Amino acid sequence: MSLTTAHSVVAPSANSKRIAGVIIVAYALISIVPLLWIFATSFKTPPDSIAYPPKIVFQPSLEGYCNLFTTRTRQTPEYINSLGPATGVCDETVRKRNMVIAGPSNFVPRFVNSLIIAFGSTFCAVFLGTLSAYGFSRFKVPLADDLLFFILSTRFMPPIAVAIPIYLMYRELGLSDTALGMILLYTAVNVSLAVWLLKGFIDEIPREYEEAAMIDGYTRLQAFWRTVLPQATTGIAATAIFCLIFAWNEYAFAALLTSGTAQTAPPFIPTIIGEGGQDWPAVAAGTTIFLVPILVFTILLRNQLLRGITFGAVRK
Amino acid sequence: MLNRTADNVARATPEPLAKKIRGISDKGLAWLFISPTILLLLAINIFPLFWAIYLSFTNYRANRPNEAVKNLGLANYQRILGDQDIWIAMQTTAHFVFWTILLQTVIGFTLAWLIDRKFRGHAFWTTVILVPMMLSPAVVGNFWRFLYEPQIGLFSYVISFVTGIPPTNVQMLSNVEMAPWAIIIVDTWMWTPYVMLICLAGLRSIPEYIYEAAEVDRASNWRQFWSITLPMALPFIMLAVLFRGIENFKMFDMVNLLTGGGPGSTTEVASITLKRQAFESWRTGYSSAFAIILFVAVFGLANIYVKALNKVKQR
Repeated sequence: MSLTTAHSVVAPSANSKRIAGVIIVAYALISIVPLLWIFATSFKTPPDSIAYPPKIVFQPSLEGYCNLFTTRTRQTPEYINSLGPATGVCDETVRKRNMVIAGPSNFVPRFVNSLIIAFGSTFCAVFLGTLSAYGFSRFKVPLADDLLFFILSTRFMPPIAVAIPIYLMYRELGLSDTALGMILLYTAVNVSLAVWLLKGFIDEIPREYEEAAMIDGYTRLQAFWRTVLPQATTGIAATAIFCLIFAWNEYAFAALLTSGTAQTAPPFIPTIIGEGGQDWPAVAAGTTIFLVPILVFTILLRNQLLRGITFGAVRK
Repeated sequence: MLNRTADNVARATPEPLAKKIRGISDKGLAWLFISPTILLLLAINIFPLFWAIYLSFTNYRANRPNEAVKNLGLANYQRILGDQDIWIAMQTTAHFVFWTILLQTVIGFTLAWLIDRKFRGHAFWTTVILVPMMLSPAVVGNFWRFLYEPQIGLFSYVISFVTGIPPTNVQMLSNVEMAPWAIIIVDTWMWTPYVMLICLAGLRSIPEYIYEAAEVDRASNWRQFWSITLPMALPFIMLAVLFRGIENFKMFDMVNLLTGGGPGSTTEVASITLKRQAFESWRTGYSSAFAIILFVAVFGLANIYVKALNKVKQR
């Protein structure tokens, strides 16, 4: 018997493959229904969104997006008729509900806060993380294992437990409800992930490159800059995306430590209300806009995901 | 180009010389590189931790910063250990952690085991399955409130359609019996892919030749599963369980948005109790003591976790 046939004995049969495929596809389809529903709801009108039975086929509308970006006031039909022609799609949609646009909503500033805080903290975490990871990877650091465990252990604290003293500390320092305060906090949380992930990536780069570069006359710092960093770009990019996703998605700290000027999107989106309760199409619109960047990143990261979620423990 | 030359030079350089070149102020550089991270963590994590330890011995209230602070000794800790509500919250947390981990492990492992069959298109569908775990638990959890609404919510509608229960009676979030399960369902939906991904890595790490040897010995499929597949994937399953255990022990965002701990306190997990005590009743000293107890518990789990992690790494 040849080796190839011995192998095929172990390989799953065509039938078992087919059954496995059907179950997996079914699970995948069911599990993305809530996400498709968010997307669909964002294009419904408020009455359509709360219809019974839930509407699968409906007339698409931009009302959810209009409501997300604006604040509106109720007016009499006479007043609305006295206005000139509608200036845009949103103006027209809103007028049908006897409302006029009063101004922009807080969504854009909150979204911008999310961007500033996520990118700011990611930059700091990856910068500090790369330096530390290189230090741990290449030098004999006394108590290295203890320090690495200390760095990781800070990640295990329940966020609310950390938030109590941080709340008091920030109140003393005037960092409450500031972007700087949130960037510092998210950097501290993310740096543990960055150090662990990047140490794994840098460990994989052979030391000989730097040693050779140094023999060619580079200093250690130049060798780090010119040979290690260029080879670690994939690892650094993957780490940055993981940090970005964490900071982007974070809710507990943001909800407890920000209330106004520095509030990010996650605590803001659940507070979007219309007349008589939650404005679900507007919430869905905000959620859709908020989730799209993450979807893109997930697809980009799909081959590094395993490494990221296990702090570099499992590398495939 | 440089790399190749560098590589050759390195190979040609005798070891002592290389060491000498490497040795210049390496120690200083190491500390220069590592200390900013350590300093940041000391400032943002460790200093507040010690502050919380100090507060846990006092009656300090953050909403009355000018009131005289009294030292209570261990009184806060004694009160917590005797507090009925705290024990109920711990039970609620244990129920949540137990069921989410059980469901996620069973479903996640099964999915991984099926994907490992490598049917056509398995890579694409794996990516689709992974999407929920990357999303914000708060933002998505908030939307599940809509899916759970009686009558108009999609989830409630499907349940009443399938089971025949009148649509107004499917009340997932306001029913005392169902609310704990409502949060378990969302958590399982979100994090099963996480367990699946780690299990998949475990299954793929099993060398083919072991199965070939088992075939030669005419071991049944059933036997192969129990004596090869499961034991060899076990360290990975353990890793996933520990990760999820720690994360769900700290669970706050999704539960806070779905039920806020309600109805009553049926879904009040430890973090929600902590938030209510610290940021609603403003019992800062008391809640600090509770936070320290939780932290010690998580730290214990973390210790076990890191040991398991190193074990998996060695493979």
